[in-house]
Amino acid sequence: MSQKSKKHHEPFIHIVKRDELAPAKAWGIRIGAIVLGVLLIGLISSILTGEGFFEVYEIMFRGVFGRLFEGKTNMLWKFLQDTAILLCLGLAVAPAFKMKFWNCGAEGQALIGGLAGMFCMIQFGGKLPEFFLVPLVIAVSIIAGAIWGVIPAIFKAKWNTNETLFTLMMNYMATQLIAYYVYIVGGGSNVINPVSTGALPVIGNLQYLTNILIVALLTVAVYVYLKYSKQGYEIAVVGESQNTARYIGINVKKVVLRTMMLSGAICGVAGMLLVAGTDHSINTNTVGGQGFTAIMVAWLGKFNPAIMTLMAGLIIFLRTGAAKVADLNFLNSSFADISVGVVILLLVGCEFFIQYSVRLRHGKKGV
Amino acid sequence: MIVEFISRAILLSIPLLYGATGEILTEKSGHLNLGIPGIMYGGAIGGVIGAFLYENACGNAAENMNPILTILIPLLTSILFSVLMGLIYSFMTVTLRANQNVTGLALTTFGIGLGNFFGGSLVKLVQSDLPSIALTKTSKIFKAELPFAKDLGWFGEIFLSHDFLAYAAIAIALIATFILNRTRVGLNLRAVGENPATADAAGINVTAYKYIATCIGSAVAGLGGLQYVMAYADGVWSNNAFGDRGWMAIALVIFALWKPSMAILGAFLFGALCNANNYVQGLGTETQELFKMLPYVVTLIVLIITSLRKKREHQPPESLGLPYFREER
Repeated sequence: MSQKSKKHHEPFIHIVKRDELAPAKAWGIRIGAIVLGVLLIGLISSILTGEGFFEVYEIMFRGVFGRLFEGKTNMLWKFLQDTAILLCLGLAVAPAFKMKFWNCGAEGQALIGGLAGMFCMIQFGGKLPEFFLVPLVIAVSIIAGAIWGVIPAIFKAKWNTNETLFTLMMNYMATQLIAYYVYIVGGGSNVINPVSTGALPVIGNLQYLTNILIVALLTVAVYVYLKYSKQGYEIAVVGESQNTARYIGINVKKVVLRTMMLSGAICGVAGMLLVAGTDHSINTNTVGGQGFTAIMVAWLGKFNPAIMTLMAGLIIFLRTGAAKVADLNFLNSSFADISVGVVILLLVGCEFFIQYSVRLRHGKKGV
Repeated sequence: MIVEFISRAILLSIPLLYGATGEILTEKSGHLNLGIPGIMYGGAIGGVIGAFLYENACGNAAENMNPILTILIPLLTSILFSVLMGLIYSFMTVTLRANQNVTGLALTTFGIGLGNFFGGSLVKLVQSDLPSIALTKTSKIFKAELPFAKDLGWFGEIFLSHDFLAYAAIAIALIATFILNRTRVGLNLRAVGENPATADAAGINVTAYKYIATCIGSAVAGLGGLQYVMAYADGVWSNNAFGDRGWMAIALVIFALWKPSMAILGAFLFGALCNANNYVQGLGTETQELFKMLPYVVTLIVLIITSLRKKREHQPPESLGLPYFREER
């Protein structure tokens, strides 16, 4: 072989897998991506609206927290509530995703959980005493979510049916079931009037506190479950390699079914919190696409509930803030989705620089 | 009424067919692009922006508008938007090896946001005095049908009365089938989707195939959004009107067993199922809502049956959803 061909075969850049980047460095890269995203959003919004670059952030902050510094906490509570619901859905999909079971059906599972709860609230409201009805609503919601979640898992375990597509289809079936139910109960008006029987108790005068406390407890529980329990360990092994799992005697099918049941059940909790905790009513938009956002929360948080909490907070902040910036300038509030999309894409993309290092030709070390 | 039903089903099926053909091309390269719903929104709004600006430049008068430009400008802007989004997706998943599901979902969030944002704010952004986006003049040119279609009775209404993008959809699906099954490029593309390491060893440029398949697939899918706005919605943009057609297109890919020619029939069936609730006599509104579940139920059944039968030619591409890194074997 001549020297010429040798030269030809050395590409300009060369990608090498890293062993493991120090956590501090990895988080530095991730935080860098977030900062870049937030700067980008500020830039886009100030171009679109004509507001000053720093004023955009001020508007965002006020849009999210309101007049917090003047002692008005109502916006803060709303922020915590939204974060709690998104986090709850994220907690639901985290075990499934850690197991590499792509549960894209959190939306549907939460809706079905909420629907089951709503059904009990309407059907048994006034007929059963409250101390009996409230636990019933909670239990039925959880069971319904778990059933909706375990159906794709059964097919996956038995026949290896593609779960991404299966769970996606189940979302729309859930949506149509709710449209059907709303029409029947609402008598053609497409609205179910709020029902107060069977609703979760309100602590103090704080409308959202119950929801937030439940999700906080759940966050700790999922953290312990994933990190310290035997079942959590099994999930991690199945996710890394099914062959290894089989080799060390883990019943993979059983783990898949159990984990999806758990995933659906937590989605059911989220649906229950929305229906029995906040809205006291249901419609096809109750979950509002957050089932998909939750997947990103779980993924970006590396399935660690503590980091997921921060991610959920970040997404809700961007969403509410960007919507406020757009609203104030009479632009469409879907600007929020664009902003969230930009930051998530940057965060997902930056993982590359954590897993691989790029080297320039002649072994010079690059990025 | 049957003629109307069939004609309507065809009209409804076209965006699904575009989306499904685009997604099949992408999936054949081993990439499950869940960003397709967003890309279809992107393609739609791209076309709308192009058409809106052109109509504005012509002073909103039909006589100033050149028919060829009226079609070409939205077509190009639509393709530009969807290819850009396809590029984002392929850069993330091919070059940066990001998780395909998460990237796709993020792109869908982004694309739907993009569509609704410009749809809702375009009038304000260009400081036009129109109340909302209604591109009826552009839509009229897009929907131009053959002059003798009206004279041919039912035959004319079913087969000849559609807009040119509808015929283009069927042509593109047939061409895609031909390329996938009968050409070397198609063979290479399928090899990349089945086993990229083998394809790489055989000297196929895996990265290039993945990029090109994803971008062409996105462009095709984006046209579905454009066709919806111009032909189905008469050029009137309303936010979220496109709905979940993108997801249905992904469902259609499974239904069609990854074959664009099958997708033509499948799209028609889906269009008919989506539409059936308006034509079956004596249905209450509540039962109609249940009826709308049909396309998804049918897809689920197909999904289950294909996984049950395990026929080799009916399976998804072997390495669908997996990233490829040459040095990791």
